[in-house]
Amino acid sequence: MSCGRMEKKIMGYVDGRLKEGERLEMEKHLSTCAVCQLRVNEFRAVNVLLDEVPMIEPSAAFDVRVWARVAAEPARQSWWAWFAPSPRVAFAASMLVLAMAWIGSQSGSNLPQIDQADIPVLENYDVISSFEPLTELPQPVQAEDATQQNQEM
Amino acid sequence: MLDVKAGDEQSFALLLHRYRSPLVNFLYRMVRNREQAEDLAQEVFLRVYRAREDYIPSAKFTTWLFRIATNLALNSVRDNRYQRMEISLDAPVTTDAEDGDEKTMDVAEKHPNIEQHLIEEARRRMIRQAIEKLPEKQRAAVLLHKYQELDYGEISKILECSESALKSLLFRAYETLRVELAPLVAQQARQ
Repeated sequence: MSCGRMEKKIMGYVDGRLKEGERLEMEKHLSTCAVCQLRVNEFRAVNVLLDEVPMIEPSAAFDVRVWARVAAEPARQSWWAWFAPSPRVAFAASMLVLAMAWIGSQSGSNLPQIDQADIPVLENYDVISSFEPLTELPQPVQAEDATQQNQEM
Repeated sequence: MLDVKAGDEQSFALLLHRYRSPLVNFLYRMVRNREQAEDLAQEVFLRVYRAREDYIPSAKFTTWLFRIATNLALNSVRDNRYQRMEISLDAPVTTDAEDGDEKTMDVAEKHPNIEQHLIEEARRRMIRQAIEKLPEKQRAAVLLHKYQELDYGEISKILECSESALKSLLFRAYETLRVELAPLVAQQARQ
């Protein structure tokens, strides 16, 4: 293994995260390369020094602030919530049903009344309206009488 | 997280308890300001809460969590929106409160082992400053690798790079730290 190939593996070696084969290969190289051996020792020293940086604790109010921000979040409504009963929607729907029922009752009373005797005529309306002899009927008698009266005068 | 998704608020409280300290520490080391780190950590939890219903466990929860945190931290650092607070003798020393308690600067005569204390303090400051001087992505890689102990696969997903690129990032970061901390490294290597 060349020193150039060490670059990618040196951290894994220092951490002890290399696979067995890679570790053996690295140790073989280190036994013959003083420069790389020194670098490994110095990286290990850096690792120990980094442990000296102490941890800090979050402030006592940290959780309170998180919960306050969570509480301030607007509640997310799912798509199904659209179907959930709401007093206003229920009131509006019932008003709509009542209004439709009232309109239906009013318009029903205004329908023209059909005499039972007219029903056969109406049922045969197509036949009657296209019946040829009926189209050649003479002028109404009343009209002729009216012209005669005018001539006499 | 799946319990949180199901609307269990106690599980969210558990997540908060489990991850608040690692998150605040990671963000503190990224943005170098405690107050800002806490604000960003709160934002991370809020985003987790908002996204709970859409959460799909395709990756480890820690990967997802630290990916949100890293993106927020990198944006914050790059935007340079927050200035480091100036330290006065009377003001609480938030950036130096390594033990977690905010405290005012000690007056020399009151400390029993003041010389030893100052040496240790200078040593810690030097290490902290060396970490802070790293480029943001290298810094994030070192913090996730060293302090969160995440594996290479997780870190490369968080930083959106290949494992090979991550190993190069870590190598360059440790090279920089080795040079920056040369006196301490030599001292440590002798022990």
